[in-house]
Amino acid sequence: MTGNTGPVVRLEAVERRFSDRPALDGISLTLDRGEIVGLIGRSGAGKSTLIRCLNGLDRPQAGRVVIDGTDITHLSEQELQPIRRRIGMIFQHFNLLSAKTVAENVALPLKIAGQPPAQRRARVMELLDMVGLADKADTYPARLSGGQKQRVGIARALAGDPILLLSDEATSALDPETTQAILALLQDVNRQLGVTILMITHEMEVVRQIAHRVLVLDAGRIVEEGPVARVLASPRTDTTRSLLRGLSPVLPQHIASQIAPQGEQALIRVDVYGAAARQPLLAIVEGITGRPARLVHGGLNDVQGEPYGRLFIALGTADPDRVAAVVARLQPETTAIEVLGHVPGDV
Amino acid sequence: MSRAMFDLLLKGLWETVVMTGVSGALSFAIGLPLALILVTTDRGGIFQNLAVNRSLGLVVNALRSIPFIILLVAVIPLTRLITGSAIGIAAAIVPLTIAAAPYFARVAEVSLREVDRPLIDAARAMGATRWTILREVLIPEALPGIVSGFTVTLVTLIGASAMAGAVGAGGLGDIAIRYGYQRFETAVMLAVVAILIVMVAGMQWAGDRLARRIDRR
Repeated sequence: MTGNTGPVVRLEAVERRFSDRPALDGISLTLDRGEIVGLIGRSGAGKSTLIRCLNGLDRPQAGRVVIDGTDITHLSEQELQPIRRRIGMIFQHFNLLSAKTVAENVALPLKIAGQPPAQRRARVMELLDMVGLADKADTYPARLSGGQKQRVGIARALAGDPILLLSDEATSALDPETTQAILALLQDVNRQLGVTILMITHEMEVVRQIAHRVLVLDAGRIVEEGPVARVLASPRTDTTRSLLRGLSPVLPQHIASQIAPQGEQALIRVDVYGAAARQPLLAIVEGITGRPARLVHGGLNDVQGEPYGRLFIALGTADPDRVAAVVARLQPETTAIEVLGHVPGDV
Repeated sequence: MSRAMFDLLLKGLWETVVMTGVSGALSFAIGLPLALILVTTDRGGIFQNLAVNRSLGLVVNALRSIPFIILLVAVIPLTRLITGSAIGIAAAIVPLTIAAAPYFARVAEVSLREVDRPLIDAARAMGATRWTILREVLIPEALPGIVSGFTVTLVTLIGASAMAGAVGAGGLGDIAIRYGYQRFETAVMLAVVAILIVMVAGMQWAGDRLARRIDRR
């Protein structure tokens, strides 16, 4: 490592076009040391193109790509090689070499970097130990499960002591349980080695679990960016909202169908995050209405220690003044609040 | 079958083995580099060079489209230049190699093309040089297919070497024509055919076995 203190990655107005269609349309971003950043977008948003620009597998037509202080935009394939050796990459389909054993796969970056065989072997065992596959060193990848293959992929990506780890949909081909284990491993790697991780994904759940910061990509542009908790709690664009669908609670049909303009009690939706989510919300509401309030649906979730969530609260009263008072009281603290209508008392 | 005939067949078998073996080895040594050049110089290849790719493709196609019996005669001047003679085993090896090398090149090319593009990208992402990609990714990953392709090439060579017998190259084909066909010695003809069948089957079996053993997919 160079001991540089600037950002690990800096993109300035990067543009990449395929024939007529822009894949990247003026992307600027920085990744700081030790960060885990989630880059989320639908398929075709330009995620893969962006990640390939970071190690020169793809070249922007305009703008600059700076890696650890070195402008790589116009480097030749040969000049890129030493830089690529300090960037690890893991893939959705693992991309392990079928003709090589697990140990030989992990050793490949070291071999490429010109390390002598004896040194390689020791380092490989250390890496396999870290990902929990020391006993599989002489197995061929075809005999491993998907999760094990990705562990080998991670060990291989870390072999060259990278300053940056690029993850291209690394958990998209794995089942939910394996995904959890791989995400936990990546988080460990980030904490222990301080390596910066850029996670490309189309799953907000992945971002929620381990990213510190999220970038939302749509049609080649970054449409939203910020701390994960903030973006999850109050998405500012439709793209983000649609990516969040399935993650934030939605009223069940049998309750939603009972909502009417008039009824026994008002039903409100409250989005909270951070300090607001730590308040005794139901007690506050009850203090204003004097009636028992009830949580009908929704709840709190956690994003790196910050609570956030969406609550559907039945107020126990339909009195317009009291409902307005509740809204006025909660408005400044919540991310969003909305009176959905009225529902029966036994909803 | 007489002792003399047995010796004759044994000699023919040996000559066929030598012709097939030597021209097979030469075809491998020439064909594999040709295949690598064809794959890596193509569009998107690691040594992209379309001029080289198209010219080489043209030469390979031209050589492959010449019927072997015509090639056999057409390269006589070249054969004489290399081996000093236009007849005999050594002389047959020249046209056999010229026919088999481009054939094997195309067969190996198919296997090399089947190596997943993302695997090559993964190696590039590790900072591998192009030669390292060739040595560590392209060839090892395609090897099972290359071995199968080489087996097919050797089997084809056995047949072609019998044809070369027709122009005085020796070997089993020569015996089949001179004794079996021209002298109506059916027993000799059948013996030659039987030996060829066993040779081909044995080769195919060994090739399949080897390909399976190195295939870790």
